[in-house]
Amino acid sequence: MFYREAGQFKDNYASDQALFPIAQDRWFVMIVMGIAFVIVPFYIDDYWTNAIMLPFLIYALAAIGLNLLTGYCGQVSLGTGGFMAVGAFSTFKLTTAFPELNFIIVVLLSGAITASVGVVFGIPSLRIKGFYLAVATLAAQFFLVWMFNKFGWFLNYNPTGQIHMPPREIFGVLITGPRAAPEVKYLFVLIFVSLCALAAKNIVRGRVGRSWMAIRDMDIAAELIGIRPLEAKLTAFAVSSFYVGMAGSLYFGIWLGAAEPIEAFGIEQSFLVLFMIIIGGLGSILGSFLGAAFITLMPILMKNFMVDGLGLAVVTAKHIEITMLGVLILFFLIVEPHGFARLWQIAKEKLRLWPFPH
Amino acid sequence: MDVQRKFGDPILEVNDISLSFGGVTALENVSFDVLEGEVRAIIGPNGAGKSSMLNVINGFYHPQQGMITYKGETRKQMRPHHAASRGIARTFQNIALFKGMSTLDNIMTGRNTKMKKNLFWQALHVGPAKQEELEHREYVEHVIDFLEIQAIRKTPVGRLPYGMQKRVELGRALAAEPELLLLDEPMAGMNLEEKEDMCRFVLDVNDQFGTTIALIEHDMGVVMDISDRVVVLDYGKKIADGTPDEVRSNQDVIEAYLGVVQDDELAASQNN
Repeated sequence: MFYREAGQFKDNYASDQALFPIAQDRWFVMIVMGIAFVIVPFYIDDYWTNAIMLPFLIYALAAIGLNLLTGYCGQVSLGTGGFMAVGAFSTFKLTTAFPELNFIIVVLLSGAITASVGVVFGIPSLRIKGFYLAVATLAAQFFLVWMFNKFGWFLNYNPTGQIHMPPREIFGVLITGPRAAPEVKYLFVLIFVSLCALAAKNIVRGRVGRSWMAIRDMDIAAELIGIRPLEAKLTAFAVSSFYVGMAGSLYFGIWLGAAEPIEAFGIEQSFLVLFMIIIGGLGSILGSFLGAAFITLMPILMKNFMVDGLGLAVVTAKHIEITMLGVLILFFLIVEPHGFARLWQIAKEKLRLWPFPH
Repeated sequence: MDVQRKFGDPILEVNDISLSFGGVTALENVSFDVLEGEVRAIIGPNGAGKSSMLNVINGFYHPQQGMITYKGETRKQMRPHHAASRGIARTFQNIALFKGMSTLDNIMTGRNTKMKKNLFWQALHVGPAKQEELEHREYVEHVIDFLEIQAIRKTPVGRLPYGMQKRVELGRALAAEPELLLLDEPMAGMNLEEKEDMCRFVLDVNDQFGTTIALIEHDMGVVMDISDRVVVLDYGKKIADGTPDEVRSNQDVIEAYLGVVQDDELAASQNN
């Protein structure tokens, strides 16, 4: 009844190819963005920022990155944690070596450095596919984390083996470190992630995105219609690593503030982000957000429910929480193997007819 | 065909092509040419090397021996990207559409080699990149109109029936504005009506766009009706080449299709 596109005529290709061709979608996105930008910053506190919004947004950015590679180009990667580490350590080295450098530029440069590392580890994808490639990208994960741990130069010879983000300002506002205001952190990350998501959406609906999907769906046919597999796969690795690197940069710089390579960027991170895109929906930008929301928010919701609601001990609740999360993941994969993004799509298709199915 | 059709110079010549995979010989000293503007059929029994021939022409297989001359340029082997950007497009025997994409996106992908704007502009999706996208969309809409698939524009191709998928695949090839279109069994598995539609499209493409067509087909009625000249392959060798009428009456072709029963084979089969 409310979600009808009847009567919305398009008289040129530009409006048909718009990001949200249906007016209701446009309104919905505008309202969500309005709430996120205008209302949330007034109410957000330290807990909401650090425990909920920052992890959600930063993991969403990493999930978009991995989704570009795995969901759109079909190249499975288990190196996400390693690439996030590259982003984080690039940020650390850049910002300590050049304290005057604007933090926005630091994040972008960290992404660019990660992109070049990603391309190097993407070269095997030209010869190996599927599970074998996943194993090859594990090499990236273990090698990179080992390297950051091994060589003191990356840690600025800090004996504790940790990296710490020094306080940095952009345009006179403190953005990193424990004394930065939560709403500033939140807004900065929100703006960054929104712009990156928009850019990702633009890429996947243009020529490059189509060549990635062509490689994913039928690589031989793609090659024969003139797509170079080398170019398509390596750009996918580059853009994906760029996103993951920026996520790693924000993860360390704004959210954690201090990190230790093995703990913060271990293989669990790679799996976590992979679960996000599988649960959220492969080949969907929206799915990356939904998956990140599920994986980051679900444990918190369950913990609150069990500890505060049922009065269980924290340790017991933690065990149950991990088990339940696994069960929920299984449940969703059985019910909807294409993830939340597909559920959303089905819901929209149903809504178009509701409440008059004929 | 009543009207005398006129063809230009050879757009493609394959000379003395031999291709083998290990010990298996797929093609042996095959030579033929395709004239500009004609509909050229390649026929032969199963395993005769027809699809291998197409794969050699657009550079997916690299022959051990022989030369390929395309638009005046002679090479030992083609490269897929080179072939595609020089105007060779093809469809596949088993549909090779991009299953996760819509009809529109599949056909747009056919124009990928014609799009130039880099990643950065595309990420911004403003100005030149958007303009480019819209220009190509317009051409793709012509193809969609031509193939009468307006209604399935936004449908994911995985949901389409077989005949429609074949049509979309033709659309994807046409979107590249090919000069030479290679069709690998465009009518396989279709019913009579779908075959007639497809024949009409093939002839219209040839007629309206002036596209040269090389097609593989098993339906002899179709081949004899729509092609100008026919090459016949058998066990990797060329056994006949000429107009449909010449080929039809060629003794080697009849033997290849109907089989020749040798005396000793006959004896062997009687003994069993």
